[in-house]
Amino acid sequence: MPDVSSGVPDSVLHRFRQGDLDAFEALFREHQRPVYGWILRIVRNAAAAEDLTVETFWRIHRAHDRFQPEYPFGPWARRIATRAAFDWLRAQRPEVELTAQIADTLPSASAGNPGIAAEIRSKTALAFGRLPPSLSATAILAVVEEQPHKEIAAALGITVGAVKLRVFRALRLLRKDLEKQGIMP
Amino acid sequence: MNAHDENRIKQLLKQSLPPVESNAEPERDLWPAVLRRLDADPPRHSVPWFDWALIGGLAVFAVSFPATIPVFLYYM
Repeated sequence: MPDVSSGVPDSVLHRFRQGDLDAFEALFREHQRPVYGWILRIVRNAAAAEDLTVETFWRIHRAHDRFQPEYPFGPWARRIATRAAFDWLRAQRPEVELTAQIADTLPSASAGNPGIAAEIRSKTALAFGRLPPSLSATAILAVVEEQPHKEIAAALGITVGAVKLRVFRALRLLRKDLEKQGIMP
Repeated sequence: MNAHDENRIKQLLKQSLPPVESNAEPERDLWPAVLRRLDADPPRHSVPWFDWALIGGLAVFAVSFPATIPVFLYYM
């Protein structure tokens, strides 16, 4: 399947596979923004997302000889980006949580609802940050970012059914955690 | 957890962690940083793990059955 989602010609994909640095730069220029955006959605930290974008493209370059030019580059890059983001989440916990303070620094599409007390929002964000990365990342992509389950499944290397199960488990664990804190959603 | 509870948790989560805007982009050009990373840590051509497993298996086999070594050498 050709990479119809990008403006990169097939010849660039083939040259990238052979290790051509110019082809790699062309792919970087084309995919830098979506890769950064995807990582940002998972880690929710702009500075970390920039570092992880660099890390992701380094990993992509390292794996150039395993890339199959007949398949699209975007989903392959997204899988590598997801693994890099997961590695970061696992390494950071529990030092860095998805606190409301971090969330406030993000370029958000909409601000939080003032009807919900800031304390509840903060506790919810903290409780969410305590979930295992595999659950929290899946839930945030599916529930908050409203990404299609099929795309999430492809990025995580799991089935759509497994995505739904992870979301359900994440929400159930979050509910239990909030109930322990006396918050009844 | 019923569907009603699930929806309420989802709403709370959305309000607590607002979505990232769709056109988010890095504040700087990351290409120079990628180049620096490539220079600092060039790609390694490492031996895959299954090659090491094969070598290890052959070594164990050779130690266990030393009489087979000449046979292996003959066919190499």
